[in-house]
Amino acid sequence: MKTTNDNKAASTASSSKDRQGEGTVRITGAEALMRSLKHEGVETLFGYPGGAIMPTYDALYDHRTDLHHILVRHEQGAVHAAQGYARVSGKVGCAIVTSGPGAMNTITGVADAMIDSTPIVIICGQVGAAMLGTDAFQEVDVIGVTQPITKWSYQIRRAEDIAWAVSRAFFIARSGRPGPVVLDFTKNAQTAMVDYEPAHVDFIRSYRPVQIPSDETIAEAARMINDSVKPFVLVGQGVELGNARQELIEFLEKAQLPAGFTLLGLSALPSDHPLYMGMLGMHGNLGPNVMTNQCDLLIAVGMRFDDRVTGSLATYAKQAKIIHFDIDPSEIDKNVKVDLAVVGDCKQTLARVTKLLDKATHKAWIEGFRPYAEKEMQKVIEPAIHPTEGPLLMGEVVRAVSEATGNKAVLVTDVGHNQMFGCRYFKFTEGRSVVTSGGCGTMGFGLPAGIGAALGAPARTVCVFCGDGGLQMTIQELGTIMEQRAPVKIILLNNNFLGNVRQWQYMFFNKRYSFTPMMNPDYEKIASAYDIPSRTVIERVDLADAIREMLETDGPFLLQCAVKEEDNVLPMTPPGANVDEMLLEVK
Amino acid sequence: METNKNIGAAECGDCNTCNMCDEKATRNEINNAFSVAVPKKSGEGVFLSHDGLTLYTMLIYSENFAGILNQITAVFTRRQVNIESLNVCASSTPGVHKYTITCYCTEDMAIMLTKQIEKKIDVLQASYFVDEEIFILEACLLKLSTPKTIGNPEVSRIIRSLGARIVEVNPTYSIVEKKGGTEDILSLFNSLNELGVVLQFVRSGRIAVTKSTVEKLDRYLEQRESEK
Repeated sequence: MKTTNDNKAASTASSSKDRQGEGTVRITGAEALMRSLKHEGVETLFGYPGGAIMPTYDALYDHRTDLHHILVRHEQGAVHAAQGYARVSGKVGCAIVTSGPGAMNTITGVADAMIDSTPIVIICGQVGAAMLGTDAFQEVDVIGVTQPITKWSYQIRRAEDIAWAVSRAFFIARSGRPGPVVLDFTKNAQTAMVDYEPAHVDFIRSYRPVQIPSDETIAEAARMINDSVKPFVLVGQGVELGNARQELIEFLEKAQLPAGFTLLGLSALPSDHPLYMGMLGMHGNLGPNVMTNQCDLLIAVGMRFDDRVTGSLATYAKQAKIIHFDIDPSEIDKNVKVDLAVVGDCKQTLARVTKLLDKATHKAWIEGFRPYAEKEMQKVIEPAIHPTEGPLLMGEVVRAVSEATGNKAVLVTDVGHNQMFGCRYFKFTEGRSVVTSGGCGTMGFGLPAGIGAALGAPARTVCVFCGDGGLQMTIQELGTIMEQRAPVKIILLNNNFLGNVRQWQYMFFNKRYSFTPMMNPDYEKIASAYDIPSRTVIERVDLADAIREMLETDGPFLLQCAVKEEDNVLPMTPPGANVDEMLLEVK
Repeated sequence: METNKNIGAAECGDCNTCNMCDEKATRNEINNAFSVAVPKKSGEGVFLSHDGLTLYTMLIYSENFAGILNQITAVFTRRQVNIESLNVCASSTPGVHKYTITCYCTEDMAIMLTKQIEKKIDVLQASYFVDEEIFILEACLLKLSTPKTIGNPEVSRIIRSLGARIVEVNPTYSIVEKKGGTEDILSLFNSLNELGVVLQFVRSGRIAVTKSTVEKLDRYLEQRESEK
């Protein structure tokens, strides 16, 4: 095929021809899209048909056995499912929707994927090129809307551009710092005939996905670590995105570097590893947050100093030198000024630095974390996971589910208390085990993301923790679960409140519970209507058996836990407070 | 809005029947509505605005794809930085477009803006400069009221002394053009505006080339070509 406007595509397309041994065939644009998707290794698609994408769905009908299309119940569900799929599998998630409202319904998910660096490609229908700009039926300026929240968005107006644009989209989505790409696919391009030949874009001259730091930079990083007496590592999702789990372990172990983890980075190291000091951030663990302001060297790896991690920047780690390992140069010095930037792929940079590290023990420094861990264990964790009286607590449910799966399950959460308790008390042994909406905090994320995770990691148990608020935001995806028999274990932590907002109202708004109490439906009846087995637990004594039943049941299951209505997630760094000023109790 | 429409009606230029041009010039005199503060220069020769922010010139190169200007300006808008001037044109490299954008901000912000712009997939390079690092050219056009100009010899003196050029004179209005730096152009405007003769004033976006002896874009493109 002709590659049009990418000065890089023409030569790569011909090389791909040699590799593929495929000749040119004359097919419709919609069929060219199907072949392009398969050429990119797509096996699973999440989508919803509609007017402007009908030619593509017609072509999809011929590929229904080799392209597994999951019909969701709302386009937002398609994108979150694609995100869940991408996060657990490491592949690019893919969603197909129609123009106008279909495309607009994906926006929340696209923004979520952008801020959480999730590789997805969204293909949305668009009115015919001749109708563009006429306010045609279901026409929305999708490129205009999505440009600020995508890594790349492109309108395919000619069938000749399909192979190139799809290949470029997948290359951009998965390379460097991953992110979402939107392809706006006009109807005429879907129906036009084209001489199709697969394209293979792996070079864009204006886009350098990975930089390679100099030997001097690597040596300087190693020197700073070797000179440090109190080093502390902050691990973010970048480690898992870069498939650098093993490199991280070797890096930490060689010089015995204690590490704290961001919400999205939690499963980058097994939770019971001796150097795993816990979660960072507003509701993270006491030790790692306090020690951030006591270390002499802060080593950030694949994380972006989000405000939920740093608290007040004015007092954040001012005593320490800072090294920042990141693949994205625009993250360097963005929120926190650093002393040394190591810009590159952490799989390579960590390994290079590790070679130059001196063996060390940092015994006294690591011991220093213990009193904080003990204090938190006694004041917060034990009461949360092993209560002996009163109503069920979220923390105990989370820990019980985690242990019942041998700490091997994928944790998917919605947003709010279920997310914070989920991430605090779930334990991990394997990588790519946390699927949660971090940067965007999208309620309604959990259920559809759980569907994607179940399909992206079919051999693993997927546990979705959600609250009564978030579940109802995308509850229609129970229909998708029913149809696919997706083995999603849904743990509904029902407190009849929008719990996280209620906690803030309690702490910062004089307990004025403005529209946070919520009247709930009978969720077991809803599950039953969708043919999903369910059980409700009210008494502590029934919890273990209910979890056993959930895990032993083939396919999906809804476990509703009636948890304490006005529980608070602790510890907490109040918004804008210093990172080491964590509250262990709420007065 | 009504007033604007009336002014527009007088812009045809061949009407000697209404007094709109003179009226407007008088109104400007009274309201001083067009008064533009000439940026002050600091000791190092850097332009400073009233807030102590520096005027930075960003030179950005991108592929010639539709929609990139939108992406670039959104980076400024999102961070509440006003673009002072903007010029877009083809560059000397085929297929590469050059954007010259000026804005007042801190250096930290200039760094963040250029990094975020360079992050856009189809942007090749983005760099920021202060005035002494670049050669600058701006241009302006002034439309003056001829009756008022004729009656005031100071107008002609200012035009000559500031190196401006008269390109059109008719009984209603006169057109003056000037090329130069921001400061020269704003001086010309402010001097004439004080005399109450200005009907319209327009200043072009800044264009700039670097003083550096190294052509960073060429070097980048060569490097990328070798990495292909």
